[in-house]
Amino acid sequence: MEVDYSGDIMTLNMGPQHPSTHGVLRLVLKTDGEIVADAVPHIGYLHRCFEKHVEDVDYAGVVPFTDRMDYCAAMNMEQGYVLAVEKLMGIEVNDRVRYLRIIMAELSRIASHLIAAGTYGNDIGSFTPFLWCFRDREKILDFFEETCGARLLYNYHWVGGLMHDIKPGMEQKIVEFVDYFEPQVDNLNRLLSDNYIFIQRTANVGIMSPETAISYGVTGPNLRGSGVQFDVRKDEPYLGYEELEFEVQVGKGEHGPVGSCWDRYMVRIREVKESCKIIRQAVARLTPGDVREKVPKRIKPPAGEVYMRTEAPRGELGYYIVSDGSLKPYRLKVKSPCFTVMSAFREVSRGAMIADIISILGSFDIVLGEIDR
Amino acid sequence: MVTYFRNIGLGIWTIISSMAVASRHLFTPSVTLQYPKERWQMPERSRMRLSNKIEDCIGCGQCARACPTSCILVKTEKRDKDEPPVFASDGTAKKLRTYVFDIDMTLCCYCGLCTFACPTRCLTMTGDYEYSVYNKDDHIYHFAVETPKAGAEAEKQNPAKD
Amino acid sequence: MESIAKLLQAIPEYDALPELLQFLIPIVTSCVIIFALLALCVLFMVWLERKVSAHIQDRLGPMVVGGWHGWAQTLADALKLFLKEDIVPASVDKVLFKMAPFIVFLGAFAAYVVLPFGASSFVTDLNIGILYIVAISSLSVIGIIMAGWASNNKYSLYGSMRAAAQIISYEIPAALSIMAVVISVGSLSMIEIVEAQKGSFLNWFIIKNPFIFLAFIIYFIASLAEVNRTPFDLPEAESELVAGYHTEYSGMRFAFFFLAEYANMFLVASVATTLFLGGWTLPIPLLSEIIPGPIIFLAKALLLIFIQMWMRWSLPRLRVDQLIYVNWKVLMPISFVLILGAGWMAIR
Repeated sequence: MEVDYSGDIMTLNMGPQHPSTHGVLRLVLKTDGEIVADAVPHIGYLHRCFEKHVEDVDYAGVVPFTDRMDYCAAMNMEQGYVLAVEKLMGIEVNDRVRYLRIIMAELSRIASHLIAAGTYGNDIGSFTPFLWCFRDREKILDFFEETCGARLLYNYHWVGGLMHDIKPGMEQKIVEFVDYFEPQVDNLNRLLSDNYIFIQRTANVGIMSPETAISYGVTGPNLRGSGVQFDVRKDEPYLGYEELEFEVQVGKGEHGPVGSCWDRYMVRIREVKESCKIIRQAVARLTPGDVREKVPKRIKPPAGEVYMRTEAPRGELGYYIVSDGSLKPYRLKVKSPCFTVMSAFREVSRGAMIADIISILGSFDIVLGEIDR
Repeated sequence: MVTYFRNIGLGIWTIISSMAVASRHLFTPSVTLQYPKERWQMPERSRMRLSNKIEDCIGCGQCARACPTSCILVKTEKRDKDEPPVFASDGTAKKLRTYVFDIDMTLCCYCGLCTFACPTRCLTMTGDYEYSVYNKDDHIYHFAVETPKAGAEAEKQNPAKD
Repeated sequence: MESIAKLLQAIPEYDALPELLQFLIPIVTSCVIIFALLALCVLFMVWLERKVSAHIQDRLGPMVVGGWHGWAQTLADALKLFLKEDIVPASVDKVLFKMAPFIVFLGAFAAYVVLPFGASSFVTDLNIGILYIVAISSLSVIGIIMAGWASNNKYSLYGSMRAAAQIISYEIPAALSIMAVVISVGSLSMIEIVEAQKGSFLNWFIIKNPFIFLAFIIYFIASLAEVNRTPFDLPEAESELVAGYHTEYSGMRFAFFFLAEYANMFLVASVATTLFLGGWTLPIPLLSEIIPGPIIFLAKALLLIFIQMWMRWSLPRLRVDQLIYVNWKVLMPISFVLILGAGWMAIR
């Protein structure tokens, strides 16, 4: 929108307690009428000293803490950490563990993208997809509950293996769920994604060019929405993703320019279908085995450092662990994908309207637990 | 001009399509569970409230060491040689007398690492989730039934394992 | 009201009362009856909204309060709002703050006096009926602006400015589509508009005249914007402005805003029923004798209200500039064309 005069700048505070900032995020907006001249995010309201705290806990006890960073996709958070420690110790897990880890990670990815889609619809004003997405998410959480006993914070991935094996007959139920779920995504598309009002709200809003995204270090669906084809599962495969066939979905700019909010949202919806494909292939390749075969009695990695990248639902999650040879980590640093995308928020939101700020924030799909740790 | 009419048509068509999808749900059964009257069956591996079968506890303190949030407090002392031997239900000799076994559920993070560390499997996580109390101190569970032999001196000589 | 006046004549010594009282008592009685009916309708509509939204979202909605499917839920909520502390923030403009909810409610309530619920169930038959409704319902804009300004809160100000712009803009297509009906009938009186649709289903304006069918659609959409319902509910967008112009209100004052919104909804549905769907007429010979006129009217109005609720729970909301675009560039040109068309068909 163009303005031919400029009035007074009004400072508006979208405080930490707000119905749609996805957590405790504070945005200080400088608005000129309805147009935003500057939007500065203030974070830190959920800082829990995770990185310092785990220096006092042994390696196995760190896993429950990693769960609590991005609580919407806890399996992926645990997985990144456990893979980093295994890389440091040189442990190779067996096939059953690998494929179970892939299944759990992809189920967690579907669950996380369902939250993203539902809450995004909520912010845009359509309250129904939220409930439908959560209904499907409940079914995934029921699988997790049957397997490890908890619905949101699992402590399921252990260094060297998994906590429990899945119950017999669960593979069949997972495939049935995937069969039930794929038509629900089409339903969701008819209700929300292809709705003209929704497209008007999101398709010309929050354009992030590929150059901007790359220069800020944005990864994950936010980067792929701008047309850049980059996915850690394809470019630096881990856990055996190179054996599975799936496509990396990028935003194509069907409605409006490439890199809009609609593109980022659609990348997530299409990724959900790719995850369904991956789950089917992984279930077909499951072989019998013992999931706690390689779990060491005491986890004492050799002195050294390691950096492991995995593809979390919100982007590239990185764990940097420095070990001094003792039972507790010397330093653990997490590269959080939502943190990097918040740094791009200021530039992307310049010139948008207030209603668009909500739209942009929702399309970035941030979780404050991961930003603040 | 043409895009103007096309957009109006597209708008009307997608609105009707969305409303049709939503209306179908008016006739599907709801997924709500009427909570106090109907309850969900908890799976057997549920990790909710901790419970300790103190007769089988040998006082090793492995659970307290495994806990990442330090919510378990175990204090033990050696039994005298002239006391009658006590055994756990799986036959292990209980060489230590456990006189303090406190679990603070407000600190517990429900990870379950303590249950895996226990050698006799006496510490378990049950599927009980309705345990709110009116007093915060009631969330600290005291499982120990035995009393220390001597008084405060014994506590000083045997430092607490936590 | 005339029937009330006749009933009152039957009371002995009624003629002994002074002229002024004889004039006022029927008016006050009618208003009380209308308010009571309105309150009952709103009670039912709030419950219906919660049930409809719940079933669209695969949930159950109120189930406990009152026994069968929570029918008394709204009563409980109203009681709760009534018992709440009356908070008037210290830095608000007290007079405007306190007056605003009543003015918003007045804009909706005052228009009920001309609604023809049945052949003889109406308060009064003004010969400018529909014009009176359009004029009085724009009174609520003043109340909204007062509420937003007096709250001394940036969010409320934003919300009320948006609401004012929206309501004033959308009055034009609404009034123009009403004009299309008035042209076909030749009178502004609500009773005469209903009388013109008597006889058979084909006489209902929505079927009789293709231009008026389109006018119905335009009126329906414009009236959604008048009532601040999704997809036009930006003034009370929960996720953006917390609650827009009624952020600072709590307790009974908030209850009045809430009541006003649902009263407005019922008003526009009733107006649409009267103008387009034949009011209280039902051309099926047997049923129209058994079922009284007001029940038929209510049923038609509830059908329209159900469609309004269905739209709310399936569609996202429009942004402010898109809202204004829809009004000035889509609805208005179409309504101009419709007036020409309706006029041509009336002359034919």
